[in-house]
Amino acid sequence: MKTVKHALLIARKDLALELRTKESLNAAGAFAIVILLLFSFAFDPDSEMVKEIGGGLLWLVFAFAGALVFNRSFARELPNDCLDTLLASPLSPASLLTGKALANFLMLLAMELISIVIFGIFFNVNWTHRFGELSLVFALGTWGISMLGAVFGALTVNLRLRELMLPIIIYPLLIPLLIAAIELTKLLLSNQAPTPSDFLWAKILVVFDLVFTALAIMLADTILVN
Amino acid sequence: MNPAIELAGVWKFYGDYAALRDITLAVEEGSCCALLGRNGAGKTTLLRILAGLSSFERGSAQLFGASPRQVHAGFLGHGIGVYEDLSARENLRFFARVAEVAQPESIAAEWLERVGLANASDMLVRQFSRGMRQRLALARTFLHAPKILILDEPFTSLDDRAIAMLSELLLESRRRGATIILSTHQLREAMAIASHVALIENGRLRHAGERTEAMIDDPGLLYRLHA
Repeated sequence: MKTVKHALLIARKDLALELRTKESLNAAGAFAIVILLLFSFAFDPDSEMVKEIGGGLLWLVFAFAGALVFNRSFARELPNDCLDTLLASPLSPASLLTGKALANFLMLLAMELISIVIFGIFFNVNWTHRFGELSLVFALGTWGISMLGAVFGALTVNLRLRELMLPIIIYPLLIPLLIAAIELTKLLLSNQAPTPSDFLWAKILVVFDLVFTALAIMLADTILVN
Repeated sequence: MNPAIELAGVWKFYGDYAALRDITLAVEEGSCCALLGRNGAGKTTLLRILAGLSSFERGSAQLFGASPRQVHAGFLGHGIGVYEDLSARENLRFFARVAEVAQPESIAAEWLERVGLANASDMLVRQFSRGMRQRLALARTFLHAPKILILDEPFTSLDDRAIAMLSELLLESRRRGATIILSTHQLREAMAIASHVALIENGRLRHAGERTEAMIDDPGLLYRLHA
């Protein structure tokens, strides 16, 4: 309970800082819009191919834009040694990591909402048919990306080349999650009925989230202190 | 008196370099230990271990018989430990909540008043002068009335007002029974507050004992004795 309370405190503080500076959201949002705009010139918006590639396009945009958010996540603790102050406080490292992941998650979801609206306009795709299921897929996929981003954001925060290192490390690890999220998004955008193999993708998303959340919580002390 | 801080045979390495060599030190509850030593002697490393911010290779470190990570000390390192893009009030409220202080809002207001920042409470820290930042850092460190204070060169770069404020806060903390360990190069201020003195040199503890009257009269005495 205490961990949850502290995680919410961290997330609230990060969101307050982000709303004030808009460093991550502006960068990630601008990146997403530019990529979607450029791809809209490359493909015919009326073709069936858009629904085929839509899932992949969206999730790659989310993953790349996410890296911009994750890089700032722990970097904002560096000025004035705020990270040391937090680690010397009663906050558990697990609550710090979870709070950071939660703030990342909410920022990414906001960016995804903007992206999907722009995607619908530029590519002439109606994404509202199965909004509930699509929201669930976005939430599950985004939580996995956010948790991994928080963990590796913490590990790379003191590296000089952290902007480069973070994506290099997290993208290979995100492959199973991205494939599952892409497949499910493709299915939902084309408004098809799910097959048994589609449920497997959903299970992969859930298992990925559970495994990486559990690992992050268990190894938080090692990640942040040692 | 029970030791509040206990280090036994602590070794800390950075690669092959031994930053701390077999440090054994006990600081009794309610006392104030001034940790002296030249730059690079190992003072910051020792304090970071006590604050639970750094691991070590050999030995044991305990605060009140527990691991440093289980005890919430008041920690002031080289950075002021507050957020530039939050206001003074938001910073103190946040750290009060983290410390699980009852009524964080009123505690934050009380400390803003106490450190003379009540009129600037809604200004962002990035708009603060150096002196204002230092006073905010003091409020952040002391607001939860910690049982142990770990302060790394707290007097460095403070203006007169902040030095007086810090000295008063340290004396008040001692009166309520808090244990203090602080590293410093400001010998005169340290000797006025400390009950005990430890000297560390090249990672080794060269002296640990009570602060004597002679040290107040001649703050550099310990350095000369162990030169």
